[in-house]
Amino acid sequence: MAELGRLVDKVRSKNAGPFWLTLDVFCGSPEVYGRVVSALDTTRVAALFRVDPAVLKRFDIPDLHVVKFSLPRPVVQGTRADRDMHGAGWAVLLEELDI
Amino acid sequence: MTRVLIPAGALGLGYDRDALARGVANRPDIIAIDGGSTDSGPSYLGRGASKYSRASVKAEWRGLMLARAEAGVPLVIGTAGTCGADSAVDWFCEITRELAAELGQSLKVAVLRSGQPAHRIVTALAEGRIRALEPAPPIDAATIEACTNIVALAGAEQIGAALKTGADIVIAGRTTDTAIIAALPLMRGDHAGAAWHGAKIGECGALCTTQPMSGVIQIDFDQTGFTIEPLAAGARATPYTVSAHMLYENSDPYILYEPGGHLDVTAARYHALDPRRVRVEGSLWVPGPYTVKLEGACVAGYQSVSLALVRDARYVAGVRDWAAAVLAATRARVAERMGDMADAVEVELRLIGLDATLGDLETRAGKPAEVGVLGIVTAPSLAAAGEASKILNPYLLHHALSEDEPMPTFAFPFSPAELDRGALYEFCLNHVMALDDPMAAFSLMVEEMGNG
Repeated sequence: MAELGRLVDKVRSKNAGPFWLTLDVFCGSPEVYGRVVSALDTTRVAALFRVDPAVLKRFDIPDLHVVKFSLPRPVVQGTRADRDMHGAGWAVLLEELDI
Repeated sequence: MTRVLIPAGALGLGYDRDALARGVANRPDIIAIDGGSTDSGPSYLGRGASKYSRASVKAEWRGLMLARAEAGVPLVIGTAGTCGADSAVDWFCEITRELAAELGQSLKVAVLRSGQPAHRIVTALAEGRIRALEPAPPIDAATIEACTNIVALAGAEQIGAALKTGADIVIAGRTTDTAIIAALPLMRGDHAGAAWHGAKIGECGALCTTQPMSGVIQIDFDQTGFTIEPLAAGARATPYTVSAHMLYENSDPYILYEPGGHLDVTAARYHALDPRRVRVEGSLWVPGPYTVKLEGACVAGYQSVSLALVRDARYVAGVRDWAAAVLAATRARVAERMGDMADAVEVELRLIGLDATLGDLETRAGKPAEVGVLGIVTAPSLAAAGEASKILNPYLLHHALSEDEPMPTFAFPFSPAELDRGALYEFCLNHVMALDDPMAAFSLMVEEMGNG
């Protein structure tokens, strides 16, 4: 077991427009990418954001050693309940996940 | 071949002046820069105002106007004034007029406006020409009419029309980030997939290179692909940095929707020409129905905020109970003293140091030295928000954890303790509108500026 953020180069989250959030896990090498792809369970990622796994889009991108997730923003950007206008803070949930 | 010089990811972020000079010396066919985005939230569109300082925008635009004069090619800005609403375009035109006079330039300026009158969108909705994207808030005529600003995102066709006027400068309201870069290559018959793909890669300037903050890049578009080259000393584009940019702020790393079709980069190939330049081929443009994306912002209330700081160790340890008690007491007093208005007043406390960023999703717990208590009141008017903040204040200042202890006093960094935030805006459209004629929802005017 290790925190995902300690294995990979970088975990980034960002708005993809006001209604979507996208997270990129930059693994940095084929070895780490292989480990992350097999160990990172989509259901667990969905649980971090409390969304149905069916709405979470996942892209495993071997050429870039990147695993990408996109989901409707947990709260729409700029609404009263929003806490993070640019959506960059959500990355830590994934970064601190033990895999 | 079409050479596009891109000075930065956005006007207001700064650019490397030496790199810009190299770009001009390389004889570009056009200089294109983005002026905004929704990324900083709905307030800018709601108010029709710029995020960046006028002084910064003017200083950077001055540099680009000088570069344009030297290069003798069109200069285009998209999404002028952060949000691209008509008032932001007017603001940007005013800056341009001032600069034209100060620099002694005589200019033909094409102004493309993207603002949408509510009735146009209401009519389109009634005619079945509005389609919801996923996820979209429900809309009806009343929602649309409640928007303080609605813009449609112009594509390459509208920017192309502005360029065809022969303008020296194009000032465009809301456009897609890519349209200002893709327009000229498309007009000149370069590869359509390459035009859109290169535009997406270049839309944030040097963010697709090893030196993201250096700003300036140039892209050469031709019949089969595009070549990207950063212009700052030491900056390099690699197949990795270039292809990875498709991930950025994009929910699908292979597909990008634009007015009139979509880009598919699934089969794109990235090849290093040398340590600095990357060649890309194999991107596909897939034509589709002509739709433009809409953005709208409306007022969702008015806010007043307070910040108190809890440093006492016992209060820090018990801060959740303390905050719950402050909230309960405040809500009770708001109900008691604000009459009919009380039901529409929302009071919230966010605990900075515990979970202010992630709220219920927070997975970590620690022992902070202090906790910031951010009080947020949202109400139907600014006056009501201020009233509720003032009702909150005595509790934030003095509320005790138990009845039998000395009255505590917490730290406030400001006087007055509450700050008016003004209107809370929300994005209320995530829809596209079908158009028979791309210019049907946009206006183009040509203005002479300066006196030479």
